[in-house]
Amino acid sequence: MLNIENLHVNVADKAILKGVNLQIKPGEVHAIMGPNGAGKSTLSHILSGKAGYTVTQGKVTYAGKDLLAMEPELRAREGMFLAFQYPVEIPGVSNIYLMKAALNANRKHQGLDEVDAMDFLTLVKDKIKLLQMDEKFLYRAVNEGFSGGEKKRNEILQAAILEPKLCVLDETDSGLDIDALKIVSKAINSLRTEQRSFLMITHYQRMLDYVKPDFVHVLADGRIVKSGGPELALELEEKGYQWVEGEAA
Amino acid sequence: MSGLQNYKVDYQQILPDLPGQSLAWLQQIRSDAFSAFSDTGFPSLREEEWRYTNISAIEKKLFSPSTNVGSNEIDQAWLDDFCLKDAYTLVIINGRFSKAHSSLKGLPETVTILSMGDALQQKPELVEKYLSKAVANEEHSFVAFNSAWFSDGLFVHLPAQQVLDKPVQLIHLVTKADCLAVSRNILIVEDRAQAEVIETFVGDSNAYLTASVTEIFVENNADLTLYKMQNEGDKAYHFGGTYVKQAKHSRFKHHNFAFGSLLARNDVHTDLDVASECNLNGLYIGVKRQHIDNHTRIKHIQPHAISKEMYKGILNQRAKGVFQGLVFVAENAQKTDSAMNNRNLLLSNDAEADAKPQLEIYADDVKCAHGVTVGQLDEKSIFYLKSRAIDEETARNMLTFAFANEMVGKVDNKELHTMLLAQLLQRFSQKSVDEKWL
Repeated sequence: MLNIENLHVNVADKAILKGVNLQIKPGEVHAIMGPNGAGKSTLSHILSGKAGYTVTQGKVTYAGKDLLAMEPELRAREGMFLAFQYPVEIPGVSNIYLMKAALNANRKHQGLDEVDAMDFLTLVKDKIKLLQMDEKFLYRAVNEGFSGGEKKRNEILQAAILEPKLCVLDETDSGLDIDALKIVSKAINSLRTEQRSFLMITHYQRMLDYVKPDFVHVLADGRIVKSGGPELALELEEKGYQWVEGEAA
Repeated sequence: MSGLQNYKVDYQQILPDLPGQSLAWLQQIRSDAFSAFSDTGFPSLREEEWRYTNISAIEKKLFSPSTNVGSNEIDQAWLDDFCLKDAYTLVIINGRFSKAHSSLKGLPETVTILSMGDALQQKPELVEKYLSKAVANEEHSFVAFNSAWFSDGLFVHLPAQQVLDKPVQLIHLVTKADCLAVSRNILIVEDRAQAEVIETFVGDSNAYLTASVTEIFVENNADLTLYKMQNEGDKAYHFGGTYVKQAKHSRFKHHNFAFGSLLARNDVHTDLDVASECNLNGLYIGVKRQHIDNHTRIKHIQPHAISKEMYKGILNQRAKGVFQGLVFVAENAQKTDSAMNNRNLLLSNDAEADAKPQLEIYADDVKCAHGVTVGQLDEKSIFYLKSRAIDEETARNMLTFAFANEMVGKVDNKELHTMLLAQLLQRFSQKSVDEKWL
């Protein structure tokens, strides 16, 4: 599904990622953890196609294609979804309109007809229950005036509607209180299928209590310094990042 | 012969055809106005109020009133695109009232809606009481020009407590090359009365000049909503002035949509009495070499009045937008609550926005806010939309549409709202938009 090979990335001549290797197969849930400044955000930005990063070495292959050569919208149409750490507010564009436009752009790419307005409404109303959001959020402007938790729920709602092949969740747990964390985790779990893969980027272990990863990787100083099963996350929580940083050195 | 001289000579030719020849008081107003205009001529860039807007093109050309109105040649189907179905409609074609295209069916007997020509014949005393009372000829030379030259217009009078059941729509249409269409409108809303008026300006692709002045009197506790839809042809010159006197506890809402013309200048002035309230909303959209100039002046003369103003501009290619807004607070106008905002979106490197908000405050216990922004579409928002599979062009259209739609969203009249949305969607095309989701 996703294959990152020896990825080196610079931001303004400063090396941030220094040889990241990661392979995600269909249906797998991977978590990347790491201390501040390890390069977590850079990794998610590179995957999303955000400008301002220079790849100096290595490659990223998504579903057999060169991901880094694809425009952000093409990545989305090919089934990649990025849940933002800080979703932007877009005054004047309603949530439901954005979601319909996004779904139709995907469908057009797949050679399908546009979704019927009534069918779409049924779909959205079904999915919004999963996130335990009020229907009024559909008609509000995208993220405008939403609380931190509402924004994160809204991201997962979009994922539920777009049904991606690969979900990259960038710090989705940050800004969530414990109740919202449970709801979002439950929704993520319900999206898990044998084919759909997840990459969770997170600073803390707590979300991994609810969304059990198959693999946990520790990113430190631009490299993956340790990989393991879910037990690695617990060990990290207990011993702190200095433990792996010390081992790597 | 100078351009001004051409207009002065032409005026002597056309004067006998202007309405109200038998009214001495009107003759006086016209001759005073003509003198005032003759003295000053058209405004020039040297005047602070006109420093961003060069109108020398008008002076070089001679626009003249059409003798042959040609109202029979007008295709009703074309007009229908701009007409509200549920309204009292008065149509002015090439500067003259067209009875055939107008419809005042079902108008309550207590309400007066007439063309200015008819009002001067049927109710001259009423017109005399209000004409040139909301704005003086000295205000600027286009007002003087209007007072001297006007050939028709709309006259509306609502008696006290009358709530008009339907909106009044004035359609101002020009279809002749080099035509000068000058209209003078008067709207009077007596105590506790309530009305909604729409001024629609349209025209074909000829070069022509529209000059329109609307004088408005919103009496105690009365309520008026005025929409201005400026959809002139793309070679047209448009000069519009709206001058409002607001009495105690009155409410006035103005929605100013400027989408058309090659060069447009619009002035909106309102004077606020005790505890009155005004909302001035504007949206100007310029493309190619369009020049759209908005001037507003809000005068807080007495205490406790509220003024809220929001003008938004979208400028693309080489278009230029101007906003000059003045909020004046007299010494006596304590507890004034005022907010003035102007936001401009530049969609190309060659587009230009000039903004000049001004506060002139002589009272010491007031709340006056003002803000201006000139910017481009937010790149973060574009990236977010792209990450949701939406292509760049559609993303830009969505965001531009959203910027404009804030102003269209303030329109309460359903028919007009639908009409405006259709115009926005045509400009910033997006597919499969469900109206109620916008």
